[in-house]
Amino acid sequence: MSIKKSDFKEMYKRMNEARAFEEKVSYFFARGMIHGTTHLSVGQEASAVGACMALKSDDLITSTHRGHSQVIGKGIDLNKMMAELLGKQTGYCKGKGGSMHIADVDAGNLGANGVVGGGHGIAVCAAITQKLKKTGKIVLCFFGDGAANEGSFHEALNLASVWKLPVIFYCENNLYGMSTPISKHMNIKDIYKRAEAYGIPGYAIDGNNAVEVFNKVEEVAKYVREGNGPVLIESKTYRWLGHSKSDANVYRTKEEIESWKEKDPILALEKYLVGEGLFTEAALKKVKQQAYDDIEAAVQYANESPNPPIESLLEDVYA
Amino acid sequence: MKEMTYAEAIRAAMSEEMRRDPDVIFMGEDIGLYGGAFGVSVGMFEEFGPDRVRDTPISEAVIAGAAAGAAVTGMRPIAELMFMDFSTIAMDSLVNQAAKMRYMFGGKAKVPMVLRCPAGSGTGAAAQHSQSLEAWFCHVPGLKVVTPSTPADAKGLLKAAIRDDNPVVFVEQKLLYRQKGMVPEEDDFILEIGKADIKREGSDVTVVVYGRMLQRALEAAEIVAKEGIDVEVVDPMTLVPLDKETIINSVKKTGRAIVVNEAVKTGGYAGEIAAVIAESDAFDYLDAPVLRLAGKDVPIPYNPDLEKAVVPSVNEIADAIRTVMNR
Repeated sequence: MSIKKSDFKEMYKRMNEARAFEEKVSYFFARGMIHGTTHLSVGQEASAVGACMALKSDDLITSTHRGHSQVIGKGIDLNKMMAELLGKQTGYCKGKGGSMHIADVDAGNLGANGVVGGGHGIAVCAAITQKLKKTGKIVLCFFGDGAANEGSFHEALNLASVWKLPVIFYCENNLYGMSTPISKHMNIKDIYKRAEAYGIPGYAIDGNNAVEVFNKVEEVAKYVREGNGPVLIESKTYRWLGHSKSDANVYRTKEEIESWKEKDPILALEKYLVGEGLFTEAALKKVKQQAYDDIEAAVQYANESPNPPIESLLEDVYA
Repeated sequence: MKEMTYAEAIRAAMSEEMRRDPDVIFMGEDIGLYGGAFGVSVGMFEEFGPDRVRDTPISEAVIAGAAAGAAVTGMRPIAELMFMDFSTIAMDSLVNQAAKMRYMFGGKAKVPMVLRCPAGSGTGAAAQHSQSLEAWFCHVPGLKVVTPSTPADAKGLLKAAIRDDNPVVFVEQKLLYRQKGMVPEEDDFILEIGKADIKREGSDVTVVVYGRMLQRALEAAEIVAKEGIDVEVVDPMTLVPLDKETIINSVKKTGRAIVVNEAVKTGGYAGEIAAVIAESDAFDYLDAPVLRLAGKDVPIPYNPDLEKAVVPSVNEIADAIRTVMNR
């Protein structure tokens, strides 16, 4: 394990930023202050942030509709991100993308995707670019359990395995494709086992354990970076909130949700860091407070930002 | 200038651009040693090697998605779909991903990719290997749609498409692959995307036509010329962005317009061009209704006589010209 104390601090901070971001967005939605829809990732912070922290800062990711924790994990300007959620001119996509399309191509975030499985193909050939240009960078492709049933999953894993591309296919299995439990959408319990069909390594990890996530992704990233071809990782986790803002959670029990809240990935990391004597509770409290303060500052930035001018409607259709 | 076939012109365009720019790569099904289903890429694998001429699995969704991913990260991929019909399998990658990235990301991405699509009927390949689906892509802002009708146009437009910073759907005509024509050999021979070409000047009727139907329109023009009708043939060459000005100016000159395309009539691009004419100031110059001649609204049938009957013939085009001339 090569994780440093400063990495732990950053990981803990980003996980708290992700949690605070989602709590804020949820609050805004409940009060009708944001239009459209959003897919919150509360409960999945370790899975997303831990994976991104194990990458190099210039590695690439493709993100998903439930991508807020992923892009915060990659390291993002929270102001621009919150501004995008509020549809402002200063947002990452100048207010034209919104929650489902946060992208920062220059920083290696090739975009969240509104289409389940839409990132598979993009990740594959972003990896071709890295291989041909010998950049030494790798691509981590986030997707969910539902996307593992899309045709693009098969095409992408097959192609990437044949061409030995530097991609980590990172499945965040949160047990439900919208309302449908995996028991009703696939005939297996472990998605990582599908790796065998493509002749590539597959691993399952506890997606609520940030340290385990970090260690496995770091190990796999090294393997992938050395030119050994793609790897499938299944990160087993759970989303606490509904699929989207209109979800009444009728397909699962309160008890089930509560049982997963007891496996809170942020609390688990806190316990680990204090238990190992790396940080005091007081020190972590300070980091957490900073994360929440940063989100408040992002909200203020977004609120004070202008809306995109109507004249921008026709801009940027073509390069 | 050198005489070459439409297929050779396409190969020349790709090869010249790949020699010029190491970021240009080419991928598709059986395009390597095999040389492509229609032999378009024969010899390219030998010249450029397996890194840059990449045989893919039969995976259209990921071919198109992959092209988008490579494009957005700094390559200039050319992807070949074996038949345009298979673009249906690649639709998400094209329509929801490649076409949208730039706008949806606030102008911060560019997607310089070309999707080459062999299209059209006349090969006896029946309903799933014969379609002309260009109108589908014209309906998606963010994509450019190019439809070359001659070897020279194919070369000049493909080079432009490869250099363009946007996703370009490049509609090739399978039946034209063996057609010969004179083609400029210079490396810098580029035709502007979005610029129409007047293929025959005339004063009585404007026929707007693209793709395989161009040759038929030119033949029809010669037939009616003997009857004293002077036809102007305008080839838009690019459907999106459409060179409206050239079309409208031609109709203002002639006062009559017929739009011809091979694709099925309902929802086809001929309707769009007819509407462009109708809502322009050319309307005041019209001496007859704007006519559309297009494919019948049926899947392409197998039987050769039926297959021929699907798309406009030279005689049907000549008859339409006589109709708008009240003859």
